[in-house]
Amino acid sequence: MNTKLKTSTKVFSLKVFIHLAALLPIVELYYLAFIDQLGADPVQRVIHFTGIGAFNLLLITLLISPLAKKFKQGYLIQVRRLLGLYAFSYAFMHVLNFIAFDLQFAWSLFFNEVVERPYISIGMVGFVLLTLLAITSHNTLRRKMGKSWQHLHNFNYLIVILVAIHFYWSVKSELISPLFYIVLTVILLSFRYKKLKAMLLTFFPSNT
Amino acid sequence: TTPLKFTADKANQALIKTPENKVISHNNFYEFGAQKEQPAELAQNFKVDPWQLTISGECDHPITLDYDDLTTMFALEERIYRLRCVETWSMVVPWIGFSLADLLKKVAPNSSAKYVLFETLYDPKQMPGQADRRLGGGINYPYVEGLRLDEAMNPLTLMSVGLYGKTLPPQNGAPIRLVVPWKYGFKSIKSIVSIKLVSEQPKTTWQQLAPNEYGFYANVNPNHDHPRWSQASERRITSGGLFSRNRTETLPFNGYGEEVAHLYKGMDLNKYY
Repeated sequence: MNTKLKTSTKVFSLKVFIHLAALLPIVELYYLAFIDQLGADPVQRVIHFTGIGAFNLLLITLLISPLAKKFKQGYLIQVRRLLGLYAFSYAFMHVLNFIAFDLQFAWSLFFNEVVERPYISIGMVGFVLLTLLAITSHNTLRRKMGKSWQHLHNFNYLIVILVAIHFYWSVKSELISPLFYIVLTVILLSFRYKKLKAMLLTFFPSNT
Repeated sequence: TTPLKFTADKANQALIKTPENKVISHNNFYEFGAQKEQPAELAQNFKVDPWQLTISGECDHPITLDYDDLTTMFALEERIYRLRCVETWSMVVPWIGFSLADLLKKVAPNSSAKYVLFETLYDPKQMPGQADRRLGGGINYPYVEGLRLDEAMNPLTLMSVGLYGKTLPPQNGAPIRLVVPWKYGFKSIKSIVSIKLVSEQPKTTWQQLAPNEYGFYANVNPNHDHPRWSQASERRITSGGLFSRNRTETLPFNGYGEEVAHLYKGMDLNKYY
């Protein structure tokens, strides 16, 4: 009983910390952007900040289960959904900022860009998949979906790969930070080597 | 920065200018860092006096200008120009300077002079982006740019030594830079130490890095997209924060077609981008 209480306290404080760490920078960001104190081009700044923020949060969600296993801290799994939902929220703001503040609701330009620009196309595919995961993250749906829930949520691995390529293709020449993120992604996916191999084999059964 | 004497650009006072604090804090000058706000931060100790600018190559009277010559050799005038970055943002900047044509006439190009090659200072001790590839965005230094001789002689082509009435801040390319208002911003090379008249078309910095994305001409062209984004419209950086309605159509030759379109008569601008 005593240890159980302790775990719930841990989870609670961790969740409070996650809420604050995810929300406070966003409040400050939009406040500064709104009063025109966020550099010369606040539009670019909010787009980059929310994009990188979403990527960081995605990578943190991928870090949770290796951490929980390695250090036998099973309770960490309980904050994974919250982190995933914040990753989605940042990605949602990223896309919304692009449409509202950069393109300023020039919808035809938006659809053209999504279709014609590979880095935007794969970014959008990643965002749509992430949206599906966010929608189905509720426990009731999870129970209803049974086994297919896990299949769907394994798309997380594909999403993070798409996001890494999206970042890499979006920059003009400064490749070092995208490359750093690609390395992080590969490391985090390498913890799932066996699982990913099994998944790939079900999609592409080998003859040997 | 110190105040300059110049004649005002009466014709273009109606253009809504980008606020001075934004012009001097949002810079692509990878020698001082590839992030927009880095040059304003990292260029403050950049030494521009003494300075030497050499004009040489295929000409009869090569010369070297000192720092003081840059602001005293020619009568300075204000030119309020639109600036269109290849990244799709744009500004309106009141530059101070003189026509490149006046400078080139002084050195008297000979009949072999077909192109003009510009070079930025190479000094990794002062320019941290040249010393550190991570900071400098991975491009090759020194930065080089080029123009065809007739483009260089066009009256719009400006050698700028100031903006908003004062000498250039280091982050904007002090003490002297090029401004070619009908081409994407990266053509307007900063902190120039050498101008050379040459017979062959030079390979410019961005062209070397990604030839399928950046060409020698780099004329602003809404009908020729960058392979990774559209060039049909742009976001004008003005005052006002996140909600300023500042997206506007991009014009061929950045709106200077009347003055420069004749230079490209008969050329396929989708091939010579």
